[in-house]
Amino acid sequence: MPSSEPVSLVKLRKGDHGVLLTLPEQAELRSQCIRLGICVGAQVRCSQRLPGGTIIIEIGRQEIAIGKALAAAIEVNMG
Amino acid sequence: MSNLTPDEITEILPHRGHRHHNTGAATFLEQGKTRLVLVGNPNVGKSMFFNYLTGLYVDVSNFPGTTVEVSHGDHPNYAVYDTPGIYGVSSFNDEECVARDIVLEGDLILNVVDAVHLERDLFLTLQLIDMGKKMIVCLNMMDEAKSRGLSINVQELSARLGVPVLPTTAIHKTGFDRMEEYLAQSCVGNSEPSLHRRLHELLNRVGSQAEALMVLEGDAIIAERHGVPPGDEREQIYVERRNRVNRLLDRVVTATAQNRSIAATLGRYATSPWLGFPFLAVILYALYLFVGVFIAGDVVDLTEGTIGNRMFEPWVKDHVAAWTATEIVVEKVGEDAAGEETTLATRTFNFAEGTDANPALLQQMESFREGGTNNIRYNFSSPWAVIFFGEFGAFSMTVTYLLFLLLPLVLGFYLSLSLLEDSGYLPRLATFVDRALTMLGLNGRAIIPLILGFGCVTMATITTRLLGTDREKRIATTILQFAIPCSAQLAVIAALLATAGTGATLVYVAVILTVFITIGTVLDKALPGTSSPLLLDLPPMRLPRPRNVLQKTWVKTLAFMKEATPWFFIGALAVSILQVTGLLQQWVDVLAPITTGWLKLPAEASQAFVMGLVRRDFGAAGLYEMTLTPMQIVVALTTITLFVPCIASLMVMLKERGTREGLVIWVGSWILAFGVGGLVALVVI
Repeated sequence: MPSSEPVSLVKLRKGDHGVLLTLPEQAELRSQCIRLGICVGAQVRCSQRLPGGTIIIEIGRQEIAIGKALAAAIEVNMG
Repeated sequence: MSNLTPDEITEILPHRGHRHHNTGAATFLEQGKTRLVLVGNPNVGKSMFFNYLTGLYVDVSNFPGTTVEVSHGDHPNYAVYDTPGIYGVSSFNDEECVARDIVLEGDLILNVVDAVHLERDLFLTLQLIDMGKKMIVCLNMMDEAKSRGLSINVQELSARLGVPVLPTTAIHKTGFDRMEEYLAQSCVGNSEPSLHRRLHELLNRVGSQAEALMVLEGDAIIAERHGVPPGDEREQIYVERRNRVNRLLDRVVTATAQNRSIAATLGRYATSPWLGFPFLAVILYALYLFVGVFIAGDVVDLTEGTIGNRMFEPWVKDHVAAWTATEIVVEKVGEDAAGEETTLATRTFNFAEGTDANPALLQQMESFREGGTNNIRYNFSSPWAVIFFGEFGAFSMTVTYLLFLLLPLVLGFYLSLSLLEDSGYLPRLATFVDRALTMLGLNGRAIIPLILGFGCVTMATITTRLLGTDREKRIATTILQFAIPCSAQLAVIAALLATAGTGATLVYVAVILTVFITIGTVLDKALPGTSSPLLLDLPPMRLPRPRNVLQKTWVKTLAFMKEATPWFFIGALAVSILQVTGLLQQWVDVLAPITTGWLKLPAEASQAFVMGLVRRDFGAAGLYEMTLTPMQIVVALTTITLFVPCIASLMVMLKERGTREGLVIWVGSWILAFGVGGLVALVVI
């Protein structure tokens, strides 16, 4: 995958790293993401991908589970 | 208990707390003493701090206008308030609104943070500091941080935050002896300098820095209280705060070892696409053994079967029979040659003025009863005696049901749930089933009410409050009320299916599963809007602390019993009144033709269906006494599983979902039950 192309978080495979580029549109959901450390510029690692699109990411020492609909609305830069 | 009417509840819940503010916290918190407020993220061990500070005398009450419970206790120097576990102070849900209002009214904040989970917890800490309140931070679970190879520079953390930081291990009370000393040194921390300027502009309009911050962060409720427009800087402030957390972590936390503990490995297994299944199977089997076999079987046999039915109820009825006209039917039972229980003799004793008025007849009855076991039935003449002390009486059956059947089950379920929660498995289970539940218009979090539904649908219906949107609450409540059999019913269903054989069991399970999936899918398609996606932090897997688990179990059980008990009494009263006025029988008669013609069951089955109103398991138990073919059993069980949860769960549903929606679900369940039951009958009988 080209390194500078932004991809949706759903596309990450287990073990992939990336930098968060965009957050979902809805203001309240964005705020809830930011509180948990899901911010633009944060380094993430996909630690698990479940069939159906639910994904677990690691930011620092924290693990966060994200449903498919939300993951699809978040973009990352892989590299 | 909350005194809200169903309409007020529907006002509050869909708006997620945006309405209840008019009552405010000013009247809720005690005046005079320094008000100490405990704040922290979920599962940080906050309750142990609360208990340490307040001792035994704790007052738990609903925060005005909400269903959120707040504990309040006394300390020689402080009035102490606990708040719900939250990720931040704002108004994204009811818990946050309550915590926010209490924090705003508090004089002094004790912020408990999980040393293992500082990434998550420090966001709240910095927000509290930005609110400008005097506070201290208790850095809890220090023992675990150490064993996980995390080294935290407490002095540096304290210097940067500008407030005292006390390292603790609550489970061993380590550090607790210095809590008072630290509280006495509490102070206002170092808030974000750029924020400070912006806050000052608002300060003279809203009164306090804390409220100014809420307004700046766009809290519409607080803004409205002060008649100022809400700010639009929330996101910017949150991002800055998040960055401050990250910088802080870089300076104070050093990881000296990689986290490769057994717990972490188990955590990965639990959410692995393949290993997740056997993991889940093992947990479910353990749950089944504990709740299904031990609690619902052994414990309830003792509490309901022996204490409730053989000791408590006869004792109550005996006292009532002493002064009111009663017909007492004594049935002597024994074992026949084959060892089967059989009736040896039955005699009816008629006490026209109560047993006290006729000692001679009482003497006769006593001598008849002597030797062997006997079953006694009390038929009271007075409708009042029937309503309060009869078969479904408020002071006979309802007490047995609540104390000797429901209480052990609810304890068992909440104990299991607390273990799963504290071990960190519950959020991983929610993650694992997220996809499946998304298809039903829910997300992974809904697994909690669905599991509880197998214990008690009433309890589960109350728990739907934790779901994110009104849409999800509606879908989950409907699924619970239609397709989930509660434990009381499950026991009878399992026994009947055992006699009907494997084929019948498979048909039954297939039908119920189909209905379960269909309801969710159809509602997801039909209801407007979208459900909220899963967004869940996964705390580290850890060994649950027994004291924490027990305390949580007790608090949740008590809260449920307090909230549900009145509804069980009201339900029992309603059914008893239907019984004495003959309306219950009329209903049975109305259903009889449908039962025979459409469901192809004996007419008496309609009696069993109506009994299901009182308690879901009564409905199933009534079927025991009929001779049914295996496929008739399938039809009958399908029908009683799908329709009418017990009257208490109906009451709670009306309260949670509003009268109109509740009644739609209720009437719908009758139609669905008889509709599907009849279709099954068409195919299999």
